[in-house]
Amino acid sequence: MTTTKAILGLTAIAGVAFAGQAQAEELRLLTWGGYAPESVIEQFKAETGIDVKVTKSNNEDMISKLRATGGGGFDLAQPSQDRISAAQAEHRIYKAMDLSQIDGNQFIGSMLEATKGNTTYKGDVYGVPHVWGTSGLVLNTATASSVKDYTDLCNDAVAGKVSYRLKRPTLIGFAFSMGLDPFAAYDDKAKYQEIMGKVEEKLISCKPNVKTYWEGGDSLLNLVRSGEVVAAMAWDTGGWKLNNDNADVTFVAPKSGALGWIDTFVLPKKTKNEAGAYKWINFVMRPEIAAQITAAAGNFTASKGADQFAEDKLKAQFQASFPQADLDNIKWYPTVPPGLETIEGKVLDRVKAASSN
Amino acid sequence: MSNQLDLECRQLVKSFGKFTAVDNVSLEIPKGSFFSILGPSGCGKTTLLRMLAGFIEPTAGDIVIKGNSMLGVPPNKRPVNMVFQHLALFPMMNVAENIGYGLRRRKIPQPEIDKRVADVLERVSLPDAGSKNVDQLSGGQRQRVAIARSLILEPAVLLLDEPLGALDLKLREHMKVELKQLQHEVGTTFVYITHDQSEALVMSDNVAVMNEGRFEQVGSPQDLYYNPQTAFVAGFVGDSNRWSGKIESVDGDQAMVALDEGGVIAAVSGTNSSMGLGDQVELFVRPEAITIERSTSSQDGAHIEDGKNTLTGVVENLLFDGANSRAQVRDQKTGHQVTVSLPQTGAFSDLVSGENLRLSWSVDKARSYVSSAAAKQEKAA
Amino acid sequence: MSSAEIAVSGTEQRSVIPTLKLGTFLLMLPLLLWLLLLIILPHVDLLIVSLREVLGYREYAFSLQNYAEFFTEPLYWNTFVRTAVMSILATIITLIVGFPVSYYIAKVMKGRKRNLLFIMCLIPFWVSELVRTFGWMILLRESGVLSSFIQWIGLVDGPVEFLYTDATLMVGLVYTSMLFMVVPLVSVLDTLDDSLIEAAYDLGGNTVSILREIVIPHAMPGIASGCIVVFMLTLGNYLTPTLLGGKDSLWFTEQIYNQFITRFNWESGSAFGFLLLFLSSAIVFVGLKLSRQTLADTVK
Ligand SMILES: Nc1ncnc2c1ncn2[C@@H]1O[C@H](COP(=O)(O)OP(=O)(O)OP(=O)(O)O)[C@@H](O)[C@H]1O
Ligand SMILES: [Mg+2]
Repeated sequence: MTTTKAILGLTAIAGVAFAGQAQAEELRLLTWGGYAPESVIEQFKAETGIDVKVTKSNNEDMISKLRATGGGGFDLAQPSQDRISAAQAEHRIYKAMDLSQIDGNQFIGSMLEATKGNTTYKGDVYGVPHVWGTSGLVLNTATASSVKDYTDLCNDAVAGKVSYRLKRPTLIGFAFSMGLDPFAAYDDKAKYQEIMGKVEEKLISCKPNVKTYWEGGDSLLNLVRSGEVVAAMAWDTGGWKLNNDNADVTFVAPKSGALGWIDTFVLPKKTKNEAGAYKWINFVMRPEIAAQITAAAGNFTASKGADQFAEDKLKAQFQASFPQADLDNIKWYPTVPPGLETIEGKVLDRVKAASSN
Repeated sequence: MSNQLDLECRQLVKSFGKFTAVDNVSLEIPKGSFFSILGPSGCGKTTLLRMLAGFIEPTAGDIVIKGNSMLGVPPNKRPVNMVFQHLALFPMMNVAENIGYGLRRRKIPQPEIDKRVADVLERVSLPDAGSKNVDQLSGGQRQRVAIARSLILEPAVLLLDEPLGALDLKLREHMKVELKQLQHEVGTTFVYITHDQSEALVMSDNVAVMNEGRFEQVGSPQDLYYNPQTAFVAGFVGDSNRWSGKIESVDGDQAMVALDEGGVIAAVSGTNSSMGLGDQVELFVRPEAITIERSTSSQDGAHIEDGKNTLTGVVENLLFDGANSRAQVRDQKTGHQVTVSLPQTGAFSDLVSGENLRLSWSVDKARSYVSSAAAKQEKAA
Repeated sequence: MSSAEIAVSGTEQRSVIPTLKLGTFLLMLPLLLWLLLLIILPHVDLLIVSLREVLGYREYAFSLQNYAEFFTEPLYWNTFVRTAVMSILATIITLIVGFPVSYYIAKVMKGRKRNLLFIMCLIPFWVSELVRTFGWMILLRESGVLSSFIQWIGLVDGPVEFLYTDATLMVGLVYTSMLFMVVPLVSVLDTLDDSLIEAAYDLGGNTVSILREIVIPHAMPGIASGCIVVFMLTLGNYLTPTLLGGKDSLWFTEQIYNQFITRFNWESGSAFGFLLLFLSSAIVFVGLKLSRQTLADTVK
């Protein structure tokens, strides 16, 4: 008992000592690679005096980190919009947004409204949009022009030169290209299970075609660049980056529609610098700053008017990949209801475990 | 004749780079004898023995065992076995397994092995030790196990590298006798290495004195003790008083040596060769060759009196050691210290430090050797 | 006799303890706290998590379902068996490769060369495991160094993929584990008196029998500790199997990672963690029994 008190006392003293040392204001940002370029951080520091400490991550990792600390350790995070309300319901890791602190005029209106709607939990809004993009096909058009949709990755023409991730976007993408609608089945577990069962079969029968399941974005880029892989399911930015080096390689929206995602800003429950977080959001949504982020990350943002500042090349690549029809055909991820991830997890495990020959 | 020899070395040489550890050694060991190699540390004994065992290939020369050349024959194919300096018993096996190791390697059936192990344990007086662990044995018992482990293979020659070195004095004295006894019973040829002259003298039929890679002298213990052929052997085997001096005059086989420190001693040549006038020599006199009397006479340096070498001095230290008691006597004139044996009759048991003694010894007990250092200097000059 | 000794030292200790107690306790306090806060408490927490079932949002009930799932779902069981078999195989291969290397270092090499060889075993550990594994990938991939080389010397016509197979995975695992086998083996072989080997040779032994009857029995504690360390490290390895292993490659730690990080399923993740702990301890225990070693021997 006394020991506990002593420890608590010591911790408190240590805490005070550390707090005393931390003179410069700090914003601990949990985000994706490219979303907080060094130059933007410097401009922000010059303007507000706030130091931004960046931790690079991905959706699952962000949620796990916040879950492990009960929503502590970071002041601002950037999960995708479909991963917010369920995580909040289960783990209580986020804090509601005070929308009055955010300059809504800087956002593309429709995107802001859609995100607010998707991230609402028990009447509170938890997220505002930041960067958006799509997943689709990255193809070497010279050798893999026969690939028009995800299921075409299983064609003999590209046998052994195909790669995709073993993650939920792959399951969703294959479901759509098989003529199924997983999003419509989000609220019907049994139906969803059935769809996933079919996808599982398809992915297992497709396995011999796969060279390897890629994990990090860089490793996929290497595989395509070296010609070891000619067709992959991947993010649009990856395709455009490769296009800069090799005109044959580019991002193609699949026939069944690219999958659209929006990464957001959310406040972790134990954020220590809420004011700084709002300052950062308002800062990076300025069109000229947003354009710098687009240049670094390769993806467009929800900032209104940032297009004008974007590089022409990127705009051209975007337009080439997304004719109007394809743009209209983008499938935006709705919020993931609880329980689906368990179903998907089992499917992914079984695909991984299946023999490829 | 040659098949009477168990072991023969012919002009054996071993060099490590420029350094010659064993230099042109030849030896012949008759069947069933106990042969010792005696020499100071680092003189090349182990190197020689390891060549016999086959762990080192000689640089030149030949090793012949029972009439067969051993060049190129690996240790596990040679009819010799070795008892190592630290015994090298296998800690992962018990005593019986240790002893049976060689027989198992010869694919002898297990019942036969058991029988022979029991026999040999009996012979080394450890009849019940078979199931014991090696670390449960005393030093002397381990010794016997190590020897039994080699003997059971009935080698033509058993090589022993200072096997008593690790034992305490008392046990060493005991084991000396026991080893000799054992060798006598089994009749195996032993080649025994030691830097302890008493071990060599007590046990051996023949001893080779080794120095700086060469054999100085090979002979029976008595021969080495009473008739050393080189200054090194005279100094190394047994205790001796030592002087250096120059030959002043030669008369037949006797010579008068003027000591560097002053005084003269009449001596005979230690070697068969005659002595030359003016030679620088080393003189050796054994403590027990010196007769002592109480004396009141004035201090004299070494001189000849009544055809005997004579010296007076003051007792400085008494070294009481029972039958082996000695006194250290200081020649007051030259400061030379002489060690003398006290007679075993107890006649001088009341001797005290500070008393004057008159020492005398006959001419033939003083052996002189042309000093090698001086010889070298002269050559260089 | 030895029991008498123990009894004596026992009484001695009893008389000394009261005076030492407080001081010792204070000295041990940081260690105990560290053990408690960083090792024991998190494990207790994980144990509790592993024993509950999620009923709905923030609704839990006590259940053994997470453990039952491991045994009823062949996927997890197979993954574990595969991981264990591959780890045992990797341990054996590491031993077979590491033993001659260690013997060479401990018994044949002398002085500078010996240190050099030892350091060469250390070099791979100067870079992180990630970098090391990427090194393998650059070397072995279809467009990599080895593939280009054998095309260049004309052994094959087209590029060859060496990555993403179990054999590659095995090479990677063995490479990563090498040092942990070599260090205990070298230190145990160092203590083997050369004259034991010579004596055995002198008594008619040959290389094989000396190895079997003298060297290996002597080295057994080192072999056991090396094998335990390598086995545990391989079993718990995450990076090498995921990066080098092919599309069929399953590894149990990957499964645990997936449960925790990508499935948010801490319940089964913790259960798998405990199962890994118990099953691997059981394997080590059986291994020790088979080789007639005790855990105490291996840390001597
Ligand atoms: N492998 C070797 N390389 C170089 N020199 C060596 C080697 N082995 C022995 N020597 C040298 O040869 C000489 C004789 O060594 P050896 O071991 O034969 O001596 P020893 O007479 O057995 O001495 P001790 O009584 O101390 O055991 C020594 O000067 C030693 O340094
Ligand atoms: Mg020696």
